[in-house]
Amino acid sequence: MAPATEPAISLEDVSLHYRVPSEMVGTLKEYAIRKLQGRIVHGDLVGLRNVSFSVSPGERIGVIGPNGAGKSTLFRVIARVRRPTSGRIVIRGRVAPLLELGLGFHGELTGRENVILHGALMGFSRRQMLDRLPGIAEFSELEAFLDAPIRTYSTGMVARLAFAAATDVDPDILLVDEALSVGDERFTAKCHGRMAGFRERGKTFLLVTHSLAEVRENCSRALWVLDGSVVKDGPPDEVCDAYHAWASGGAPAA
Amino acid sequence: MSEASLPVYDSSRRGLKWLEEAAELWQYRHLVVELVLRDIKVRYKRSFLGVGWSMLSPLLNMLAMTWVFSLVLRTGVRNFPVYYLSGVVFWSFFSQVTNHTASMTIDAMEITKRVHIPRSVFVLASVGVGLVNLLLSLVPLILIVLAMGFPFHASWLFLPVAVLIGALFTTGVGLIVFTLASRFDDVKETYMVLVQAWFFVTPIVYTPSLVPERFRPIVRYNPMTYLVELFRAPLYDGWLPGPNTLMFGILAALSALVVGWLFYSAKIEDYGARN
Repeated sequence: MAPATEPAISLEDVSLHYRVPSEMVGTLKEYAIRKLQGRIVHGDLVGLRNVSFSVSPGERIGVIGPNGAGKSTLFRVIARVRRPTSGRIVIRGRVAPLLELGLGFHGELTGRENVILHGALMGFSRRQMLDRLPGIAEFSELEAFLDAPIRTYSTGMVARLAFAAATDVDPDILLVDEALSVGDERFTAKCHGRMAGFRERGKTFLLVTHSLAEVRENCSRALWVLDGSVVKDGPPDEVCDAYHAWASGGAPAA
Repeated sequence: MSEASLPVYDSSRRGLKWLEEAAELWQYRHLVVELVLRDIKVRYKRSFLGVGWSMLSPLLNMLAMTWVFSLVLRTGVRNFPVYYLSGVVFWSFFSQVTNHTASMTIDAMEITKRVHIPRSVFVLASVGVGLVNLLLSLVPLILIVLAMGFPFHASWLFLPVAVLIGALFTTGVGLIVFTLASRFDDVKETYMVLVQAWFFVTPIVYTPSLVPERFRPIVRYNPMTYLVELFRAPLYDGWLPGPNTLMFGILAALSALVVGWLFYSAKIEDYGARN
């Protein structure tokens, strides 16, 4: 009897601490010596502090905030790259992190081989990727080059292949970085079309961006992150206005 | 909409770490295969001699060692080239794989800081690549053994068992080295020096009987002695390894694997979380 309103993502009091680099003992010998002297200091740098929010399926969240505010850390926790130091996060559904296009790509391998390797990093088997390959080749318009090593590709071609491989999936939750549109104008339009398709199919979105216009236009809700905390959470226009006022004039953070 | 089929991740629900890691590794078994294929393809596309090099390099190595230990130092080991090759074939596999697991943590982190995958895939992939190279180096080894007048012997059929035991041991040590190297920068260099020393306290360029009595314990308590012997007995002696050798070999492999997996599972999340 799972209600349909169960959140896709829910964070309860999530904090994440990083080790402070200056306290980070980098070598085993130094570690052993300090351990013997009882001088191991555990310094912490807070990446996220007591963040709580939940996202319903189909919501499109724009995450805004200055550099170093914790946007990437937040995405890392949701993508399960890091486990929270404290608090709890629950995710229902398959997450597709579209943050790093072309992850695992190697210049010596062919387009086909790279797509399969990329798929394996995302948890897909070779067979599943072979089924997807025609669609990826078609979308990236690289059918004729699939068996050439990608070091022979232009930058734009690699980007097209990476985008096609990353987005030719059927995830429930997408983590998207602003810098996703790639290639020439025509291909950029195609990328936007594909993202709009995800939107229409009711996929849950988290978009990290510096473009407030994009948030106002495409998101159903916005989160303003500052210093590891969510300072404002609400309708895009409201949050963007507050953020804009703070960022341009020093108005106090909400 | 079948909500029931959605995978659910709950960070607060934690089972036994070693079991969770094992389940994740199984889930990502395809990735291990793809990583092995990538390394092999890239290696052989780049190198001029291609596969031939994997076969040629042990040959050159054997000639050099024969020159030193058979012609110059005259250790008196009968049929030194075969004695040496049949022992060093496993040693090379072990040292290549474990040194690789120690040196690849930065590359691995480039991937694991972007996408969630079990890090053990990198260790397993190293072992996989090592196994392919081991199989390739067995070809010239067998040719030389035949050329030196050792005919095919039924004991050779034991070799797959030796490979299996050796691979388990190597995986265990590889996991420990990988986990430590993920946290500490000096593990790579330190381990390289240790392995070099380990080579010389293992009977590979000499026979155990050449070791003076009071130093014998070094050889006797060295697990590598038994693992190397598992390869040498069938090839060089034409015998199955003795029951003691087999028993200590299996014991060493299983302990290394268990200790390695427990250590990896307990520590990797903390050690791997560097920024």
